[in-house]
Amino acid sequence: MTEAAAAQAPKPNRKSTGTGWFALLSRNHLALAGLVVVVVIVILALAAPLLPLADPNATAPADRLLRPGEGGHLLGTDALGRDILSRLLWGTRVSLAVGLSATVLAAVAGSLIGLVAGYAGGRVDNWLMRGIDMIMAFPYILLALAIVAALGPGLLNALYAISVVNIPFFARNIRGITLGLSRREFVDAARLSGQSHTRIVLSEVLPNVLPVIVITMSTTVGWMILETAGLSFLGLGAQPPQADLGSMLGEGRKILFTAPFVSIIPGLMILVLVMAINLLGDGIRDVLDPRLKSGALSRPVARTAIRRDSAPADRRHLPAVLEVQDLQTQFHVKRRVYRAVGGVDLHLAPGECLGLVGESGSGKSVTAMSIMGLVPTPPGRIVGGAAWLNGADLFGMSDEQIRRLRGAAVSHVFQDPLSTLHPLYRVGDQVIEALRAHAPLTHRAARDRALDLLRLVRIPNPEERMAAYPHELSGGMRQRVCIAMGLANDPEVLIADEPTTALDVTVQAQILSLMDRLRQERDAAILFITHDFGVVSAICDRVAVMYAGRIVETGTTADILAQPLHPYTDRLIACVPVLGQPDRPLAAIPGRPPSVDALPPGCAFAARCPRAQPVCSAREIAFETVAPGRAVRCLFPLEPSNAG
Amino acid sequence: MPDDPLLILEGVERVFGGGRKLLGGHAPSVHAVQDLSLRIRRGETLGVVGESGCGKTTVARMIVGLDHPTGGAVTLDGTPLSDLGQKALARRIQYVFQDPIASLNPRKTIRKSLEAPLRHLLGLDAEARAARLESLLAAVNLAPEFLDRYPHEFSGGQAQRIGIARALAAEPALLVLDEPVSALDVSVQAQVLTLLDDLKDRFGLTYVFISHDLSVVETISDRVAVMYFGRVVEIGPSRQVFGAPRHPYTHLLLRSAPAPGKKSQVPEDANTELPDPYNPPPGCAFRARCPRATDLCATDRPKLDATPHTSACHHPHLPEDDRPRRPNS
Repeated sequence: MTEAAAAQAPKPNRKSTGTGWFALLSRNHLALAGLVVVVVIVILALAAPLLPLADPNATAPADRLLRPGEGGHLLGTDALGRDILSRLLWGTRVSLAVGLSATVLAAVAGSLIGLVAGYAGGRVDNWLMRGIDMIMAFPYILLALAIVAALGPGLLNALYAISVVNIPFFARNIRGITLGLSRREFVDAARLSGQSHTRIVLSEVLPNVLPVIVITMSTTVGWMILETAGLSFLGLGAQPPQADLGSMLGEGRKILFTAPFVSIIPGLMILVLVMAINLLGDGIRDVLDPRLKSGALSRPVARTAIRRDSAPADRRHLPAVLEVQDLQTQFHVKRRVYRAVGGVDLHLAPGECLGLVGESGSGKSVTAMSIMGLVPTPPGRIVGGAAWLNGADLFGMSDEQIRRLRGAAVSHVFQDPLSTLHPLYRVGDQVIEALRAHAPLTHRAARDRALDLLRLVRIPNPEERMAAYPHELSGGMRQRVCIAMGLANDPEVLIADEPTTALDVTVQAQILSLMDRLRQERDAAILFITHDFGVVSAICDRVAVMYAGRIVETGTTADILAQPLHPYTDRLIACVPVLGQPDRPLAAIPGRPPSVDALPPGCAFAARCPRAQPVCSAREIAFETVAPGRAVRCLFPLEPSNAG
Repeated sequence: MPDDPLLILEGVERVFGGGRKLLGGHAPSVHAVQDLSLRIRRGETLGVVGESGCGKTTVARMIVGLDHPTGGAVTLDGTPLSDLGQKALARRIQYVFQDPIASLNPRKTIRKSLEAPLRHLLGLDAEARAARLESLLAAVNLAPEFLDRYPHEFSGGQAQRIGIARALAAEPALLVLDEPVSALDVSVQAQVLTLLDDLKDRFGLTYVFISHDLSVVETISDRVAVMYFGRVVEIGPSRQVFGAPRHPYTHLLLRSAPAPGKKSQVPEDANTELPDPYNPPPGCAFRARCPRATDLCATDRPKLDATPHTSACHHPHLPEDDRPRRPNS
């Protein structure tokens, strides 16, 4: 394994940075408009000393209250005859500077408090956050007024006041994020690397918090400018003769009816500026927020899109309750096509349990989800094949027909019962809901049925447990509830996707026994997805082994375990330690499975296969039946004599 | 193997909660680990098995100093851990995490993550660091190109090799491995287990290997400790614990573990609930699930003795009892 692992050439996959932040931002037209406006205003404000403007503070009583355009004053003059255009640009300059500085000040102080409180936790957190709570307990404008009153009016004091008032906003946001981050393993790892707390906060936690700080800043700048204007309007910020947007508004207020333009012009400026900054801030948030980036805004439809060019004509295994032929499911992400399932055939007889075995990424879950159209679209789509349930083509049905079958004739049990069950509803009500979604039962009848189901899955004290919430049950009990819901409508097929992987071994053994008994009693077929041959042995009659989106071998459980034919099956069995055989050498499989967006031609396992020949990579390899119920996709299968 | 203990845990206890409340009274407390004594010998691999909530991760975190016992003592080569500073401890004992990707800072390159212990624990200069990084990556079979990449670009198996390289960076004597292969695919799991075996011989390491997977622990361990509800219930040489388990809980675990070619033999409606940790029962914590329990078990807590293979049980399975049927034997 040593050479093979070292030889794994690192692939040039810098895919996540494929689109720059500007490209993402420019897709949002409103944010782009905001950006343009902000840039224009900032340039004008910065260029104010260079532009041929009148002195903003030069009074000219003779020219007072000229209307816009009169006497060479583009925007007119105010009550003291000062040029409004000049004062507007100089005032915007002041407002922007104060707003930005206040934001930076509040961000630095607030983030620092948040980082320390979140990282230290316990008493430090308590004291710091109670302090923050005290600041928040005052109405913000009252607090700002109090601070200015204490410090005396003036632009700088207004800046301090606004910063202090906004510190809690940052502190609370950052503390929440830091709290989550500092319980993460990489922080423990940094501590074990001998780094001091200060260094961990600054070099491990801060870089991960930075996007949140930027988002918070971008959404508060506008607010800060508004607050500065507010204080100046009250005469507590900029002192005469200095202009800022708020004080201009304040001076114009007294003559609002005689000369409305004196106050309307700075008012409009505030409106445009704050609006533009907020639009831009929202855009920045959308770009930086990882949740939005990972597609939280795209809403998958209720059923997987089906775009089949051709469909298989007819079923091959007639007694089968479920048959899948040549199923192909793909994910289209930007320009890449991930062939998650590349032509899978399956069939399940009533009461039979088929194990679908493979490693992560082999396509086993996507296969199972495709059957009832549960693969999210976008980006998933079914591009070929057919699935029949008792002879009815599932891919040809209407959405309504599929909805009626889901949870009724075909039901699912998933790996994590905690995320499958709704956390806010009692488990009994969830079972009742599963029943009433498909059958016209009265509440009382459904309740009795639900109790029977919970008894069936051996939940002790079912009457009491009906009223429990999912978090009040142990993992094993939760999975029993999920199985009860799966069985609620007497399904013909139960699709179980790693139902015991998250459970402890003793619980796993019980759940497996339970599922085994239930399928025998109720004649339900189970499609059991797992990566563990031990689990397969416990419950499955037949096994299908998947690799890179295709089935490479199928047969009865006993045959496959005793005499694997495909080299992958053989190696997969050999690389897992077996209880009771501590001396069996572990034969690791060198290398990694291929990525399904760049599958090699021919056999996908060839690169890792000890028996591979050049011809393996030359052409498609057929899935050949070698004995009744036994098939393998390999040109050089292991002989029965040298297998195992 | 001579009894040459590297690390000794003596009556270690960890209680969570239990602080005073604002309005008087005490918050409820949970005994995560109780009266735990272990001697970890130089050069051995001690496997720790148990189900979720049994306290095995708490033990691991206390050994590496990420958590501190509320009672008892941990001594490394005769020095109490509390006397060693965090850095001195980190140079001797290192930790390998369960989730390899989450244990790497997503915004740092692998080079930065690996350099941290070299810089802060060993105080190496840039040149020495570069040389050491190269040999570390070679030790875990990774190409040097990987150094300037970010964690999300790695598969689980590769990330776990990086995690192991980081743990080895400070040349520790003891590695605590907390479920190091549970998050990995089976084919990759074997690669990492083989690597761990190889590194142990090469660097003369001692391992504490924590896992819920009995077959993995059986393969890798010299000795095994079985934990239940915060205590060790059975400890002994791996062959003996797995071959002739004494505690009924160990029996149950072995019967429950799936193995290729084995049908499940566990009744489906056994009571699997752990006792209430806020209100631990007197006597043996396992007695509610135990087929051998008697009145004695309800009143008297069984203890481990000093023999090499010992179980905390009043009615242990003794070698002449029927052994559990082993798969494939």
